[in-house]
Amino acid sequence: MLDLINVSMTFNPGTPNAKQALSDFSVHLDDGDFVTIIGSNGAGKSTMFNAIAGTFFVDSGSIKLGGQDITYLPEHKRSRIIGRMFQDPLKGTAPSMSIEENLALAYLRSGEGFSPFSHISNRDKQEFREKLSLLGMGLEDRMKQPVGLLSGGQRQALTLLMATMVTPKLLLLDEHTAALDPGTADKVIELTKDIVNKNRITCMMITHNMKQALEIGNRTFLMSNGKVVYDVKGEERSKLTVNDLLDKFKAGTGQALDNDRMLLS
Amino acid sequence: MLYIIKTALELGFLYAMVPVALFISYRVLDIADLTTDGCFVLGAAVSVMMAKAGHPILGIPLAMLAGVCAGFVTAFLHTKLKVPSILSGIITNTGLYTINLMVMGWSSNQSLLKQNTIFSMLKNGLKKSNVLIFEKITDWYAVILSAVIVIIFALLILAFLSTRLGLSIRATGDNLDMVRASSINPAFTITVGLCIANAMTALSGAMVGQYQKTVDINSGTGIVVIGLACLIIGETIIGRRPFFKGIIAAIIGSIVYRVIYAVVLYTKVLPVEFLKLITAIVVALAIAFPAIRKWFSFQGKKINHSRGKGGKDNA
Repeated sequence: MLDLINVSMTFNPGTPNAKQALSDFSVHLDDGDFVTIIGSNGAGKSTMFNAIAGTFFVDSGSIKLGGQDITYLPEHKRSRIIGRMFQDPLKGTAPSMSIEENLALAYLRSGEGFSPFSHISNRDKQEFREKLSLLGMGLEDRMKQPVGLLSGGQRQALTLLMATMVTPKLLLLDEHTAALDPGTADKVIELTKDIVNKNRITCMMITHNMKQALEIGNRTFLMSNGKVVYDVKGEERSKLTVNDLLDKFKAGTGQALDNDRMLLS
Repeated sequence: MLYIIKTALELGFLYAMVPVALFISYRVLDIADLTTDGCFVLGAAVSVMMAKAGHPILGIPLAMLAGVCAGFVTAFLHTKLKVPSILSGIITNTGLYTINLMVMGWSSNQSLLKQNTIFSMLKNGLKKSNVLIFEKITDWYAVILSAVIVIIFALLILAFLSTRLGLSIRATGDNLDMVRASSINPAFTITVGLCIANAMTALSGAMVGQYQKTVDINSGTGIVVIGLACLIIGETIIGRRPFFKGIIAAIIGSIVYRVIYAVVLYTKVLPVEFLKLITAIVVALAIAFPAIRKWFSFQGKKINHSRGKGGKDNA
């Protein structure tokens, strides 16, 4: 499904600040994989996401998604097949536009069948209502309200809906619940699991919660210094505990896992 | 008094598309588009030269097309060549000075003498119509024509901004990250937005040029600040939310500004030359208002803080 082949990326090359964020990075994801990713600060987790999403073009190597080579595809074109969520709930929605208008924009990702001059139809509105009611937050009755009035959790749930409204080939979740209070975070995680399972979306999720990293999905990456140092799935993963994971990290890198937001619970 | 109102309505509607254009560029796209000054003259120059050649009606769409080109240059500099948006506008504006002279036949002003304009055509049409009601409103011909044009284009823009492309343009000014994640190319939406905004500025220039039967190379100086003042005045009167109020605010603000202008002109409470300085101060204060309010509340906090401490020391 997703292949990163020998991808390298250095920021500020040739300066004292040069930082090799990804070095000869290769990874393969199967169709329907749900990978959780943990790693120390600066391990290259978000850089890997940025490389896949096309925030920058990589120095070398190639990126393939669903058989298509997307290495040099611009970001806005990749976003047709890649859904993405950030930690900051403000990043995924347009605050001064209504819920309905935000959803209509997300719907543009389906790409075809829309004239640029078409308006939001009643049928679209009906569909938006149905999808919003699945969130169980009562947003379906507030479709005309600007998104800026919603809480962080509501905005993040809405962003999740927008990212998956047109089923993406790949969903990238970058600590998308880290800025929410625990209750809301749980709710958004449940919604994420529901939507990903129902649509069989291939998904990668960065998290700082080690327990969550083992519970959700079918595969886990440990990342350090721009490399995956431990890749686990199947039976081996189901037996793993948080302490095992810490040991694996030490074995893989020779140092303790260092992430200032890491939760061991 | 009636004369003041008539003049204010005429100029208000004639210049109304400038604040409407700034609503699109400054409010919707969040780009201060300084192409406006030169683009206004470009519109006036194209329309006056076309009227001079005997095609006053054709002059209007051609002027708008010229405006689209000016907007495209600014957008290209900004989106593709990564020139900061304000500088892009200034560069285009500077270049337009020569272009405008070229359009005006390398002369710094051009006037219409006996040639028809869209306004004189309507005036003559109303006079000759032999319909009593039309003859009665003949004096108001300029108000009627400019109001009709302004309202038509305002409605078109409103309809456009709720289409999918329009929504994409609005989202571009609202949240760029989200736009990229929604498969929208921001370079494209910014370009379309600036082209439309500059077409509107040129439309205003085209109407003013034919109405005044003259175009001067310097007639656009300060138009962008006056336009912003109109927009801010309008928004103060009728509000900014929901967003479509912005276009109505632009038109109302333009008329109110011209009422103020006309009152100053006829009552001579101030020399009329003062207006540009006052306009600039009004715009600066209005845009600085949030910062000023914050500074005052911070000073208030400091005073309260030192008072609180002083009280404890005394006790």
